[in-house]
Amino acid sequence: MMSFMKGRVLVVDDDTALAEMLGIVLRGEGFEPSFVADGDKALAAFRETKPDLVLLDLMLPGRDGIEVCRLIRAESGVPIVMLTAKSDTVDVVVGLESGADDYVVKPFKPKELVARIRARLRRSEEPAPEQLAIGDLVIDVAGHSVKRDGQSIALTPLEFDLLVALARKPWQVFTREVLLEQVWGYRHAADTRLVNVHVQRLRSKVEKDPEKPEIVVTVRGVGYKAGPS
Amino acid sequence: MSGDSAAPAPGGTGDRTGRPVGRTGAGSRWGRLLDGGLLHGGVQGSPVLRLFLRWVRRPLLPVMRLWRRNIQLRVVVTTLLMSLGVVLLLGFVVIGQVRNGLLDAKVKASQSQATGGFAVAKQRADEAATATGEAASTTDGRSSQNVIQWMSDLVSSLSSGGQGAFDVVTLPAAGDDSGGGRGPRASGGVDPTASVPEELRARINGSMVAAQSYARIVYKDSDKGSQPALVIGKQVNDPNGDPYQLYYLFPLSQEEKSLSLVKGTLTTAGLFVVVLLGAIAWLVVRQVVTPVRMAARIAERLSAGRLQERMKVTGEDDIARLGEAFNKMAQNLQLKIQQLEDLSRMQRRFVSDVSHELRTPLTTVRMAADVIHEAREDFDSVTARSAELLADQLDRFESLLADLLEISRFDAGAAALEAEPIDLREVVHRVVGGAEPLAERKGTRIRVVGDQQPVVAEADARRVERVLRNLVVNAVEHGEGRDVVVKLASAGGAVAVAVRDYGVGLKPGEATRVFSRFWRADPARARTTGGTGLGLSIALEDARLHGGWLQAWGEPGGGSQFRLTLPRTADEPLRGSPIPLEPKDSRRNRGLDDAGLPRGEEKRATVPVQATGDRTASARGPIASRPVAVPPTADPTALPGNGARVVPRPASDARGQEAVPAVETAGNGSEGSAAPERVGPRDVTQQGEASRGR
Repeated sequence: MMSFMKGRVLVVDDDTALAEMLGIVLRGEGFEPSFVADGDKALAAFRETKPDLVLLDLMLPGRDGIEVCRLIRAESGVPIVMLTAKSDTVDVVVGLESGADDYVVKPFKPKELVARIRARLRRSEEPAPEQLAIGDLVIDVAGHSVKRDGQSIALTPLEFDLLVALARKPWQVFTREVLLEQVWGYRHAADTRLVNVHVQRLRSKVEKDPEKPEIVVTVRGVGYKAGPS
Repeated sequence: MSGDSAAPAPGGTGDRTGRPVGRTGAGSRWGRLLDGGLLHGGVQGSPVLRLFLRWVRRPLLPVMRLWRRNIQLRVVVTTLLMSLGVVLLLGFVVIGQVRNGLLDAKVKASQSQATGGFAVAKQRADEAATATGEAASTTDGRSSQNVIQWMSDLVSSLSSGGQGAFDVVTLPAAGDDSGGGRGPRASGGVDPTASVPEELRARINGSMVAAQSYARIVYKDSDKGSQPALVIGKQVNDPNGDPYQLYYLFPLSQEEKSLSLVKGTLTTAGLFVVVLLGAIAWLVVRQVVTPVRMAARIAERLSAGRLQERMKVTGEDDIARLGEAFNKMAQNLQLKIQQLEDLSRMQRRFVSDVSHELRTPLTTVRMAADVIHEAREDFDSVTARSAELLADQLDRFESLLADLLEISRFDAGAAALEAEPIDLREVVHRVVGGAEPLAERKGTRIRVVGDQQPVVAEADARRVERVLRNLVVNAVEHGEGRDVVVKLASAGGAVAVAVRDYGVGLKPGEATRVFSRFWRADPARARTTGGTGLGLSIALEDARLHGGWLQAWGEPGGGSQFRLTLPRTADEPLRGSPIPLEPKDSRRNRGLDDAGLPRGEEKRATVPVQATGDRTASARGPIASRPVAVPPTADPTALPGNGARVVPRPASDARGQEAVPAVETAGNGSEGSAAPERVGPRDVTQQGEASRGR
């Protein structure tokens, strides 16, 4: 399988026992883990190992996880999955807003974590060439690019997936639960805040006026749909 | 002010006409007699009068309110009124004294003047009489001619002594009709007859003593007007020895002028005093009232949460002491609140830290356990079983930890509601779907009713789902394999989900205790069922966070029902629930006793006791005979309270029950409609309040 070849995972966690255990589990599932325990060294390790996915603990010595997340996101769209001990609203939302694609709350089951990692890596499989239009945007699915008037817009893979999911069925209103399943790969409903935060992030990149969205339109009480093209 | 006391009278009579309608029994007959007969007139007049009074009172209301609320106004007005009274009293006394003083002097002077005059007149008459006596032979006509002349001379000579100070008047004695010469005479243009009062004339008539009276001098020349005067008169004899009346008239205009001057001065002074006193009172009261008002204002701000507010304190007087004490109180309050806030923050911080510190090692343990669990086939049986136990108990430990943290988050007040409009049907279907595997293991069927229409409310989907999952899983676990019915309804400003099971039910008093932390229905079998013992406590907190209710009902052997009621829009207070807490197919509602027999009258005493006692059994008696032809339509006005807290009256109780949308309940519909026994409204209230109030 293609996805198994791209199995480099950078684990950023200061708890050595947990890091080691994560390594055991990840190796058992065929991934190649590498480790860094310090927030300050995380970015250097990221540049060095060029992972396909980052597992990031939010509470770190040195730079905290939020900051690390922001720095990685600033130079790469690589999937980031947060490990958090707090499921409180603020922590999760702050983490997602700083660029994380998904999060897993401690204590998690190994299978759950692996499922999340797989879901984030799955999209790396080569898609068929496909051209989509949403609003005044042109999406090249295979080329993984979004353009407005010839200007390309940089999106993370997750944001790209979200946009493509909406653009493929412009007639359909997507509930948050459906988006969670299609984009994040959750089998059963999870935290809809994931969708809310990422829609906001997507809008801030693709909308001319994020206050008055035209590309990703909110359908009150139901969910989101693609704007008319 | 007077309006207050006056108003009730007509109102009272007016009310009384309406009262007999509501009354029954012998007493009312008297009332009717009174009202119809004796008070009829009053009744007819009262509406007009009341209208008039209301019309008069309306513009006065703001003034009255100001009077009640403004102590400064009250003190100033009272001071004004009282000082006005004092000044008036003082003025009257002073004026009376001044008048008496002025008049006394005048009267004494006048009396001596008049006495002198009378003596002169007598002397003149004697002299004239001697002269006349010598010429006694002369004719009567001549002598009378002399008398006329003599009298005129006398008047002019007497009055010449006091030009302007007094006038002299002579009048004929009463009964003297001799006419001619002894007609009235007067000096200074005085009208003699009009100026001397009749009463005085009568008094001196026939007596030889002088008398006096106050009168007004009237002048013949009407332009001069009249003026007050003291009149002193005496009867004296003329030279012929015939009596006539001699009067001295002393004008009092000077004294009157002085008196009016005094009056004017006093009035001006009095007005000044009153106004000044008012102003002084205003100032003095202001000194006291201003700090009091400031204290009130600052106390309001303090209670509004602005704890840094303080009073300005100047000086060392009582007001300053009040201010200091007030500030000290505010200071201490602020300190205490600060401490509590710090404690709460520390608590929250602690919870958060514990959460992190516990969870990270737990994650490692969990993963390790899972790896071991996966590989258990390679172990010997003892180790394999140990691995299983380890994994199972880790699950339990995890959920216990999660629940504990959730509870402490509620306790710290850190739980936040993320309300948005959600359709409860979706939540219910998710929950039911999630509980299906467990239900299948237990052989239970979960049915959902009332999901034809959307049931939308502003709520936190995550929390509502957690509550409902808890209720459904509990119902399946305690349902002993029988059906579980999840009922949805929406009416008024509320939505409700009720989860009904037909399992062991709840014993009396347990309906409220189920929400207690770590409470278990049966300690003996506590460890066999899963769950942390915190589920319902968390569910109750979740419901409360929504401003909703979570209540339980149950009967031993008859199953139980848990009802979650949420306001349709967040922050709107709940007034009632669309689903009655006690289901229609409860034993009591079906009218069945333990043996399953239709209930007879004699059976009532042995009816299985309802969860919160059977206090209202006697109250329910009269309704029991009423057949329940429940109309399926909801009466929205009757909804609130579902009869719960509304009224002990039978009529509205029944209405409250019928108001509930008649949702098809489990199986026993026909029995239900034939059996009349109803929920005592008070039972439901009791349960509701108990679980809500904690």
